[in-house]
Amino acid sequence: MSKILVIADHDNVAAKKITLNTIDFAKQLIAKKGGSFDIAVIGNGCGSAAAGLTGYGAGAVHVVEHADLAHPLAQGFAKVVADLAKSIGADVVAMSASSLGKDAMPRVAVRLQAGMASDVIGIVDAGGAVAFRRPMWAGNLVGDVVIDTAVQVVTVRSSAFDAIAASGGASPVQSFAADPGASRAKFVRFEGTQSSRPDLTEAAVVVAGGRGLKDRFGPITEPLADLLGGAIGASRAAVDDGFAPNDYQIGQTGKVVAPQLYFAIAISGAVQHLAGMKNSKTIVAINKNADEPIFKVADYGLVADAFTAVPELVSKIKAVRS
Amino acid sequence: MKILVSAKRVSDPNAKLAISGDGKWVEGDVEYVMNYFCENAIECALALAEEHGDVETVALGVGESDETGRFVRQGALARGIDRGIVVSADEAIIDSDLIARVYQKIVEKESPDLVLIGKQSVDGDSNQVGQLLAEYLDWPQATFASKVEIKGDQIEVTREVDGGLEVVALSMPCVITADLRLNEPRFASLAGIMKAKKKPLDEYELDDLDLGDAAPKVRIAKMTTPSGRKAGVLVKDVDDLVAKLRGEARVI
Repeated sequence: MSKILVIADHDNVAAKKITLNTIDFAKQLIAKKGGSFDIAVIGNGCGSAAAGLTGYGAGAVHVVEHADLAHPLAQGFAKVVADLAKSIGADVVAMSASSLGKDAMPRVAVRLQAGMASDVIGIVDAGGAVAFRRPMWAGNLVGDVVIDTAVQVVTVRSSAFDAIAASGGASPVQSFAADPGASRAKFVRFEGTQSSRPDLTEAAVVVAGGRGLKDRFGPITEPLADLLGGAIGASRAAVDDGFAPNDYQIGQTGKVVAPQLYFAIAISGAVQHLAGMKNSKTIVAINKNADEPIFKVADYGLVADAFTAVPELVSKIKAVRS
Repeated sequence: MKILVSAKRVSDPNAKLAISGDGKWVEGDVEYVMNYFCENAIECALALAEEHGDVETVALGVGESDETGRFVRQGALARGIDRGIVVSADEAIIDSDLIARVYQKIVEKESPDLVLIGKQSVDGDSNQVGQLLAEYLDWPQATFASKVEIKGDQIEVTREVDGGLEVVALSMPCVITADLRLNEPRFASLAGIMKAKKKPLDEYELDDLDLGDAAPKVRIAKMTTPSGRKAGVLVKDVDDLVAKLRGEARVI
């Protein structure tokens, strides 16, 4: 029997969809071990985000609010998570491998004397023990890891779990008094990337561009993304050279996506990039060099100059749809 | 000011990897490279030392002692780090938690003002050591740094996070983990390589560090190679692509 604490990702107003993938992880673990799960919504003025999570079968939704948690930093956030986990007797604490999850959850593990598995993509059996499957070496290998401590901490790779639908019922919302404690770290400012498109990790279609698009990165990728309601991503090289913002980066050290349809435009397909997109359902590669490794994973490859092929693709999709 | 910086060797993720006979690690006969993110951490330490003067830089490597020592010398000391420390450990068994506790013990011996660590190692890909260390020390942290500036008694760090960039200010001592856009790592010069041969390199065994319980908390039960994706087809032209996406894949 397990008591799992799911830490929600949210913007105070509403939970992000990746929280539903983490709930799916919790439900799969309960199917193996038995038990129940609670959800924690930690922030400031985040009551509406908590109210939106009462229909997923949690034993309780804990609302944890403090002025210092409006822009949570790892040290205080981790203390609050650990305090709550202790207070409800949680033996598994799970959060998505979002930037806050990666930043704070190892500190939670230390506070709970727990072992931790990062970026979990599955739950498997290993000689009678429950093991967490996770990618290693940029996903070229996967490891089944067993955590030998009484309390276990995990971050969950959202693209490997389903964003589950509400199951009905009404979990009670409970308030937990937060004490993030003192820290010598201070939030200064956030410089957000402005976009009206869907989140990369939530989009059904991703249009990703490489360095070869140069200063026409936007004019080439945006019309296709907008036509298909997709998000825009980029290779590391395109971000390094300043053609796309940092949070567009897809790959081993950037975002990991698994949309229904992925366009790799002028992307060569280095192993680090493939680590972030190779589980996409349908992959389309457009590149003028037929030898690039991206063609080894693409379902449909088009050897062509992206500067002419992509605008032509946009107009022809429009034509067949009308 | 003193900076402790990470120098970890990793088996090259671009090389062909074979799983060892017991299924728990990769075969020993592989190419090793310096962990990419440690190269960024080392470069950051050197740049801060050049900019501010009166900075001592110390590189720490944890792993198989001879080889790790060679990497600390060639990858860190030859680039300009002042001295090195190697802690001998079995890389197939030691977990992020135990590595962080080793760092904690070295921090207690060395009392650095700043610990700079690669944000993740590109073999295990766990992305934990810097954060674990910061919590063991009860220090503030700034992970995924793309810019580090010392401003008076504060360090201002720009972090690459979901949705954009976050700027935080830390007072020392603190832990910072390096991301790839932090800098462009320099190459070692010939003079640097010659000098590195004479720089001090202290070696410890795990038993020397008074770790208490030196058991890892996490173990690999089994490793496997995921089934690869098969290459699809090359389409003739844009019309062919549109027809296949619509008729066959049914995605547009």
